[in-house]
Amino acid sequence: MPDSGNPVTLAATADLAAGYAGAAAIEGVSFRIEPGQRLGLLGPNGGGKTTLFRALLGELRPLAGSLSLAVGCATVPQTERSRLDFPVTALDVARMGALSRLAWWRRPGRSERARAIAALEAVALADRADAPFGELSAGQRQRVLIARALVQDARLLLLDEPFTGLDSAAARRLEALIDELAAEGRGVIVATHDVDQARAWDLVLCLNRRQVGFGAPESVLSREVLEATYAGHIVEIPVNGDRQARGILPPHHHHHEEGE
Amino acid sequence: MTEPALFAPLTEPLSDSTTARALAEVALLGVIGGALGTWVVLYSLSYSAESLSHALLPGLVIAALAGWPLLLGGLGGIVVAALAVGLAGRIPAIGRDTAVAVVVTAAVGVGALLALSPDTPPGIQGILFGDILGVTDLDLALAASLAAITLGALRLLHGRLLAVGFDRSSAAAMGASPTIADLALLALLAAAIVVAVQALGNLLLVALLVGPAAAARLVARRAWPMMALATALAVLGGAGGIYLSYYAETAAGASIVLAIVGLYALIAATTGVRLLARRAG
Repeated sequence: MPDSGNPVTLAATADLAAGYAGAAAIEGVSFRIEPGQRLGLLGPNGGGKTTLFRALLGELRPLAGSLSLAVGCATVPQTERSRLDFPVTALDVARMGALSRLAWWRRPGRSERARAIAALEAVALADRADAPFGELSAGQRQRVLIARALVQDARLLLLDEPFTGLDSAAARRLEALIDELAAEGRGVIVATHDVDQARAWDLVLCLNRRQVGFGAPESVLSREVLEATYAGHIVEIPVNGDRQARGILPPHHHHHEEGE
Repeated sequence: MTEPALFAPLTEPLSDSTTARALAEVALLGVIGGALGTWVVLYSLSYSAESLSHALLPGLVIAALAGWPLLLGGLGGIVVAALAVGLAGRIPAIGRDTAVAVVVTAAVGVGALLALSPDTPPGIQGILFGDILGVTDLDLALAASLAAITLGALRLLHGRLLAVGFDRSSAAAMGASPTIADLALLALLAAAIVVAVQALGNLLLVALLVGPAAAARLVARRAWPMMALATALAVLGGAGGIYLSYYAETAAGASIVLAIVGLYALIAATTGVRLLARRAG
């Protein structure tokens, strides 16, 4: 870990615009993330969170502005996007992360297997290595996909709404894992709908087709910024009858799955 | 009774060189069908396989009428069919599914029209139902080469095929191109169809590509075991069909298909009963 002196910026954008077929889906995005930082990416569905991820992955070229990446980054998609009936084990999935570093004629060998097992250990799933992916719980599947990103050697992880469908025990476990990854010096960007969860992290980026706010949660997450982020569709819940209402629900329904 | 006598029902057909050759051919095609069929099933390409094999009928019939090698007709037929499907799929008002169906029915219609013309040489039946008892040394060599190529390519591409099939949308970020995976599978599939069509016929060969792999999928939890089991089932079903046709004097191609479907039904029933027992228990 390059922990000596000033930290290296993992990724930074300046006035970035990106989109599809020449039309910008996001504009004016300027943020930076450094090692050990957790960034909550807030915004409505269709607000451009996925577009930003795809730009960071290099799948979309910037239409305007700049984007610089100092490290490898990997995406952790929602597990529903993968095929749960596919005949792969947790270890098979983790090992897929090694493909990008192998020449096309080379097959993953013993060292790739060892890395995949180490990554499963890091997400506390080494004992489920031989379990079929589709038979794991939603929380375990999410952690297998994080293990796959670790095998990719990603220093910057992009998590796409990883808490969707998790029960509270699995969600707490995932939060702890995100903290661990950050403590190892990785950057973690988490697209989420949970404003209160993002308050606990180091940075927030509010995105609604353009950047509404970026910075430390306490300075960014004002009522005005949240209203602009969610276009006014927010519901406030008084917390413990306190002087200031803090609980805020964006217009999104969470699905909760039984059991971890 | 001595051992040779015990195995006589199995060894006796082998003394007939036609049957022995048919067994060798069906074993080679079984290796191709089981290994490649696994990916055909995992990539939901069964409909494509069926369509391609039916759509090359006109090519085969034209080759038979002109006295050219069937292999050449099959190759030409499959290229024309693929182009026609690709073009029809681009017509905005027609969905991909419909485009394939229209092209395939048109191709079968043209093929039938040509095949039923008065100056059709005998043996046209072999195109539809295959002529596994008529395989030549050249056919065997072709099937053996394709089996080697198929196994080599699948082994090389295994990790990438797995990554693309598992999650197409993030495979590219993983260094596995969905386009290359699809093209490689379709190329192998087209080659397998062209080589298998002489033995099994263009109406029946899909059974070998889809049946064993579909059965293996019911039990296998990983891709390698699925390929191994599908290959074993394909070879077993193929050989079973040849023996059935030898002793019951039934049509060879149809017997093979029935043997494969029988194996599938047996495995489906066994896994179904086990699943019910687990739920009840």
